[in-house]
Amino acid sequence: MGKTTAVETENLGRIYKIRNNKKEAFKELIALSHVNLEIKKGELFGLLGPNGAGKTTLIKILTTLLAPTSGRAKVAEIDLEKFPEEVRKKINMVSGGETSGYGLLTVRENLWMFAQFYGIDSTIANDRIKKLAEIVGIADRLNTKSSDLSTGLRQKMNIIRGFLTDPEILFLDEPTLGLDVGASRDVRKFIKNWMDDNQERTLLLTTHYMVEADELCDRVAIINQGKVLACDTPSNLKTMLQKDAIFHLNLYSPNGLNLDNFKNIPGVKNCVLSNVQDETHLDIILEEDSILTEIISESSQQKLKIIKLEKREPSLEDVFVHLVGQKIEEV
Amino acid sequence: MSMVQTIKNKRTGFRLFLMTVLGRSYPRVVGMTREKSWLFFDIFVPLLSVSAYVFVYRAIGAPEDYVGFVVVGGAMTAFWMNILWGMSSQLYWEKEQGNLALYIISPASMMAILLGMALGGLFSTLLRAITIMVFGSLLFHVSYYVVSFWSLIAIFSLSMVSLYGLGMMSASIFLLLSREAWHLSNLATEPVYLISGMYFPIKNLGFWGSAFGSLIPLSLGLDAMRQLVFKSGPSLGFLSVKLEIILLIVLSIIYIGAAKYLLAHIEKLAVKEGRITENRR
Repeated sequence: MGKTTAVETENLGRIYKIRNNKKEAFKELIALSHVNLEIKKGELFGLLGPNGAGKTTLIKILTTLLAPTSGRAKVAEIDLEKFPEEVRKKINMVSGGETSGYGLLTVRENLWMFAQFYGIDSTIANDRIKKLAEIVGIADRLNTKSSDLSTGLRQKMNIIRGFLTDPEILFLDEPTLGLDVGASRDVRKFIKNWMDDNQERTLLLTTHYMVEADELCDRVAIINQGKVLACDTPSNLKTMLQKDAIFHLNLYSPNGLNLDNFKNIPGVKNCVLSNVQDETHLDIILEEDSILTEIISESSQQKLKIIKLEKREPSLEDVFVHLVGQKIEEV
Repeated sequence: MSMVQTIKNKRTGFRLFLMTVLGRSYPRVVGMTREKSWLFFDIFVPLLSVSAYVFVYRAIGAPEDYVGFVVVGGAMTAFWMNILWGMSSQLYWEKEQGNLALYIISPASMMAILLGMALGGLFSTLLRAITIMVFGSLLFHVSYYVVSFWSLIAIFSLSMVSLYGLGMMSASIFLLLSREAWHLSNLATEPVYLISGMYFPIKNLGFWGSAFGSLIPLSLGLDAMRQLVFKSGPSLGFLSVKLEIILLIVLSIIYIGAAKYLLAHIEKLAVKEGRITENRR
């Protein structure tokens, strides 16, 4: 491990023992399995995966909230299990939709309180709160009770809480979860700018939004069912599919569609069906363009009407489909 | 857009401990001024219970000092309620709210967090207790005969240290018990009124009953305070004030020591089992 490593995991695993009621025997649920990651200092690293993929479990382990059942991990070059107190001096975490703090306190007071837990003098804390609130756009709400904030404003307060303590490594777990388009854009912009201004700082972000990972992250690890399936820069991940031909078909299919017939066509690498309102969408990854004729022929055999057909550049979503076999929202 | 400067110096060690205590006590102290419903629920309602006992004692012609016993007991009840609902079950509520995870991942010590909760709770409850005492004393014309003011302060302080030590200890246990904490708090409300002698001299429970009740520091504290502020106090007291001071010191050491040990143990266990932020696992 080099000196510039912020996070390193080696065969990290976590198994939960769960049961639905006290009479039942415990069953094992593998939340993480053999996760090997190396995140460099100064990197904005993304963990992309569907709900239940193991992203939050990994974050919990890396923030000392949960012990792994196998493997080891280092954060800021410190062994997590041996020296959790040392790790805590260097990190902070913000989760999407969290309701931390106290509703009776104002935004400023809540943030000041958390700053105290990190040993930040009040003068410095108040100055940072003011500046960060201006940047994030809630300066006019600093004296509002946090219980009176909307979801979006509350999340902006949470984001400030994370950055307020100036952590070496910041963990953002689904930071834009539940936010509207405008608020999500503001949060993403703030994260990007913060990373540009703080080259020594590292940020690990989990998300199930492809755009977020694509737009923000230097590198992305795609995770599903507790396993890391791929890890590279977004552009390199997309290059995986560069040789393939990716098409999007918008179909009219009043009598439904037999997906297996499409999947069984030789040269079809992946085929995903989704319905949006009355429209049927088919995303297909082909080994080469020429196979499209067979797709069109199958469509007409199934009496499907092609409303729109377009060839696309590969996206992270296509990479996910290629690796997992399903769209992220379908997993 | 210019971002904020990096922080060059963060406090550590004892300074961080103090800052944490101050930070965590702040919501409790400030909360009183924001949510004024406590004036009704924490003062008027306890005064009703106090009134009921006063009328019973007066109806049966009990010595007038018993009225004072009830008023002091009523005031001290506020502390027990704070221990149950503001301390013991607090970590559980913090977990539900998502604060506990943030406390754990911060460099602050959990003992400092608990101490902050305790001091904040103590301050706000002190105001409640004083108000109940003043109102009760004026309403029922209670006369006090303070033998030693400094002994009274010492007894009260020791009772609080010991009582909040018990609260810190039980906070750790309640964290482990999760949802059952609510029922435990309910369960511990009424019986404690009996075994701690809130409204009567604890001596009436007999030696073993009183000894058992004395495990709750409030019982010894209340008994000693009554001995120091009422003429008939010493004759109705369970043990001598001196012995009660020594026992309170012993209880303080045991409870605070146990709180520290349990907190560390339960945090370790919770991290191992994934219980700190998860209810279902």
